[in-house]
Amino acid sequence: MDNRTVAGILVFSIVAVFFLFSVFLIHPFGEPGPVQMDDYIITHTQNETGTNNGVTAVVFDYRGFDTLGEATILFSAVAGVLLIFRKVRH
Amino acid sequence: MTKIVKTTANILFPFTMIFGLYVIAHGHLTPGGGFQGGAIVVSGCALLLVAYGSSWVFDRIKDKRLAAFESLGAIGFITIAFLGLVFSAVFFGNFLAGSETIFGTTPATGSTLSDFNTGGVLPLMNFAVGVKVIAGLFVIVLVMAYASSIKELS
Repeated sequence: MDNRTVAGILVFSIVAVFFLFSVFLIHPFGEPGPVQMDDYIITHTQNETGTNNGVTAVVFDYRGFDTLGEATILFSAVAGVLLIFRKVRH
Repeated sequence: MTKIVKTTANILFPFTMIFGLYVIAHGHLTPGGGFQGGAIVVSGCALLLVAYGSSWVFDRIKDKRLAAFESLGAIGFITIAFLGLVFSAVFFGNFLAGSETIFGTTPATGSTLSDFNTGGVLPLMNFAVGVKVIAGLFVIVLVMAYASSIKELS
């Protein structure tokens, strides 16, 4: 075996061991760990944000900063594409 | 492309537009929102791009205007966030919820999907993000398709 194959097998075994650990340490299905925040959001969404859609309430209200980051990513993607392809435009 | 593709695109384009705008407008009631609805609208625009060619679309829609709309959506989003800072002392604060003005009604408990006049600033933010995603993704697809078509010709 050449060095490349040995290195590949080594990296694969290390990654596989970590994956197996995470598989065996996962919590059982239907029994999540800390649920305080879930319960709070489920209970208070309709009164605090006035919406029925809890997912939208979390995305745009409770974690608005996260959405701001997503919007920034989109903006920088547009800026990068327009910068790279600026010569082909009229 | 051929006449079959163009006819199919002509038929499907308005329905895709309507569905995408519906997903944006009902982002605070049903699954979806600004990002998802914008992606649906842009998929319809990409269908147009495939059927009619990028130079055909490029002659009708200027990418500079799309970029301006993208910035407009971003400015609207950040403006609503700062209005929350002004009116409710929290950045991204939902100052319209429960105020009984526009989008200010608190919905009844349970599944009341027809209560459109709810959500506070969430519908406005969905609209801003929808404009941003439509313009942003469409300008990306349009400019890249146009660049690749130029490379094919030369």
